[in-house]
Amino acid sequence: MVTVAGGPGAAATASARDGAALLRLTGIVKQFPGCLANDRVDLAIPAGEIHALLGENGAGKSTLVKIIYGVLRPDQGEIRWRGELVHIANPAFARKLGIGMVFQHFSLFEALTVAENIALGINDPAQRRDLKKRIVEVSQSYGLPLDPDRAVHDLSVGERQRIEIVRCLLQNPRLLIMDEPTSVLTPQEVERLFQTLRRLSQEGRAILYISHKLEEIRALCERATIMRLGRVVAECDPRQETARRLAELMIGNELKSPSHRTTGADGKGARLVVQGLSLRSDQQFGTDLKDISLSVAGGEILGIGGVAGNGQTELTAALSGETLAERADAILIDGRPVGLLGPGARRISGATFVPEERNGHGAVPAMTLAENAFLGAFRRLRLVRTGLIAAGQTAAFAGRVIQSFDVRTTGPAAEARSLSGGNLQKFIVGREILQAPGVLVISQPTWGVDAGAAAAIYQALLDLADAGTAVLIVSQDLDEIFSICVRIAVIYQGTLSDARPIRDVTVEEIGLLMGGAHPEARKGPSHANPA
Amino acid sequence: MLIRLEPRGGRSLRWAYGSPLLALVLTLITTAVIFAMLGKDPLVSLYTFFISPLASATGRPELLVKAAPLVLIAVGLSLGFRANVWNIGAEGQYTIGAIAGGGIGLALYGDENVLTFPAMMIGGVLGGMAWAAIPAFLRTRFNANEILTSLMLTYVAQQLLIYLVTGPWRDPEGYGFPQSRLFDEYATSPNLVPGTRLHLGVVFALIVVALGWLVLAKSLIGFQLKVVGQAPRAARYAGFSEPRLIWFSLLLGGALAGLAGLFEVAGPVGQLTPSISPGYGFTAIIVAFLGRLHPVGVLFGGLLLALTYLGGEKAQIDLGMPNAVTGIFQGILLFYLLACDLLILYRVRIGQRAPAAKAAAAGP
Repeated sequence: MVTVAGGPGAAATASARDGAALLRLTGIVKQFPGCLANDRVDLAIPAGEIHALLGENGAGKSTLVKIIYGVLRPDQGEIRWRGELVHIANPAFARKLGIGMVFQHFSLFEALTVAENIALGINDPAQRRDLKKRIVEVSQSYGLPLDPDRAVHDLSVGERQRIEIVRCLLQNPRLLIMDEPTSVLTPQEVERLFQTLRRLSQEGRAILYISHKLEEIRALCERATIMRLGRVVAECDPRQETARRLAELMIGNELKSPSHRTTGADGKGARLVVQGLSLRSDQQFGTDLKDISLSVAGGEILGIGGVAGNGQTELTAALSGETLAERADAILIDGRPVGLLGPGARRISGATFVPEERNGHGAVPAMTLAENAFLGAFRRLRLVRTGLIAAGQTAAFAGRVIQSFDVRTTGPAAEARSLSGGNLQKFIVGREILQAPGVLVISQPTWGVDAGAAAAIYQALLDLADAGTAVLIVSQDLDEIFSICVRIAVIYQGTLSDARPIRDVTVEEIGLLMGGAHPEARKGPSHANPA
Repeated sequence: MLIRLEPRGGRSLRWAYGSPLLALVLTLITTAVIFAMLGKDPLVSLYTFFISPLASATGRPELLVKAAPLVLIAVGLSLGFRANVWNIGAEGQYTIGAIAGGGIGLALYGDENVLTFPAMMIGGVLGGMAWAAIPAFLRTRFNANEILTSLMLTYVAQQLLIYLVTGPWRDPEGYGFPQSRLFDEYATSPNLVPGTRLHLGVVFALIVVALGWLVLAKSLIGFQLKVVGQAPRAARYAGFSEPRLIWFSLLLGGALAGLAGLFEVAGPVGQLTPSISPGYGFTAIIVAFLGRLHPVGVLFGGLLLALTYLGGEKAQIDLGMPNAVTGIFQGILLFYLLACDLLILYRVRIGQRAPAAKAAAAGP
């Protein structure tokens, strides 16, 4: 563990923490198939501390938190609670210890009142009796105004979050875990939440605050543990660090040098153009797209970076035609306005797509590889003859994908769910690339894929671009973007930054854009000042 | 002793086919117990119910006559169920098909035109489709649940039929009975084997099984139905239009139910009466699930459920049991079938404590 030199009192704090940690994790290891999610993670939180857990998506924050809250169990390592060794088998046991958690997405019944929702989580009838009174007491004393008799469907997102917090506080927790609590809040609501959290901390309750928003963490937290690729890479006092420095720690400095060709576009002109695309999301936690413009030339790979939930899903759905744009000329494929056309017509116009989610989106798990090959390729390869599926040609195409992309499977008749994640990803990427598209939009090309398969996918994307295709990669993995893209843009809360050549930007600048700060004109935290 | 269900992590192919057989065995045991409680010898009752209808030369063709409407309807329903379109109102579409097709037959009464019956078949198909189009419109336009709308329309159709046969379409020489005239020779489903009630509808049921298999296994539209049912997001990704598939499923189900209704009134029944169906439209739902939503499976499921109709009649005549026996048997079968389908996704573990519970006990 690297302790980054922080303020003058860093060493003293560290020794004090060794003595009286409320929660101490030592050497936590959690292995998922094909991915080491937590690699010998150490973490210590003393009572009363607001402790940030900082890292990019996929860094292992969620896994670690699920282990603390008893949702997952570690493969190795020990957990000490107030010095005692504990095995947290389930969330109920975690709550009994005094660990509460507020999830990023709420689990509330819209039709029930605030009090009824909270009562649902309480099994003890004695506690249920004067619940309303206690809800009012707790919500007032912590500045979380809440009317127990109002129905949830009338409440704003911020008020709904208060229900979850009050639900936790009624259990009188010693440690409160907050998972990305501000991702759905307005700046004013954020400020109010911070006041509550500081109050809780003064009472001696510890808070584990998970976020990737650098300014917020600098404003709120006394201590930060920074994770990257499953490991703790630094521990520091965020108030003593610049946002720039935190971004650097979070993203890492060991970025591979770009291995792609130095020339970008091959002069063929823009093949994919998006101009002024705005879309309201129809999902509760969705992100509206605001005036997005971009263009990708033939032979070029454009990368779109950003933290998950900032509009990537909405953008890829708008590009693939799963959601239609408001104007036909909001999206052009090889000059043809396709904004009002569905996925089928867009494929015929020359584009193919790889969605982020493999199971149930890019592929149907219970169907064979041949059927899944048909799913994505039947329009461009004309695999339908008078309404019937051309089975022979479909199987031959599936076989070609399997062979060209070295998919480890028994053959086209194997079901998609029998493949490992990496193999299925190779199959889907192969299916879309072998249709020789003019435009390829690919989301998270190597999410949950082992290194060998990832290298093969990168090579295939570079070869495709060399053949004159315009490639758009949407990814949360900056290493990936830096190693194969020619230009990069960042999406933040539905707005896309200008695309800039990879050669001209630094990782720090991109990190700041991802956190919502503007590197050119940064004036410090906008909505929250350090206490 | 603790009985626990453990997810298999996938579908068990063995139990996908084993479940209907196990359900059938459990149903037979349960009905035997019910027969015994009614004071009948269970073995004699089971024999009367399931074997004796097939023992006679007249019983075997009659099985096909009863199976034909079930198979026709269930093939249409199973294609829609694959796409998660739950058309529960086939009974109503059957009734409207019978009214529309039968109405043509009554209008052309005494015309002696060879085109009368083909026109009635088209009328039956269009009538069923029109009735199914209402839930399709309500679902695609207002997102109204088709389970409720299609089911409620069944009762509207039933009332319409009663109005017609007691009012404008009542047989003028029928002594006031609530029924239409008997269809004339040109308005009757052609008989296949003299001396039996086998008619053209049986042939159509077999053709529909073959076509249903072709659509489901080989066609683009069948593929779309399967994808939208299993993975709606993948269907959108591939550009399959969900509203179009809802329309297709309901119109197909309505067309086949309407055709079944027409064949029934123009065949075995021979006229429009308030009781043209012993619940074929609802029984066909059981047939569809028993047949694993596969046209060939539906053929076997249709034969089994047709047997319960014949067995119910036999039990009434020979053993003096109530007519409700058929409905009880069908209900128990569906109940066990849905319960046994759990085994496709879960396995049963007996007498073991969950590891999580153990760890919790050893906790602090």
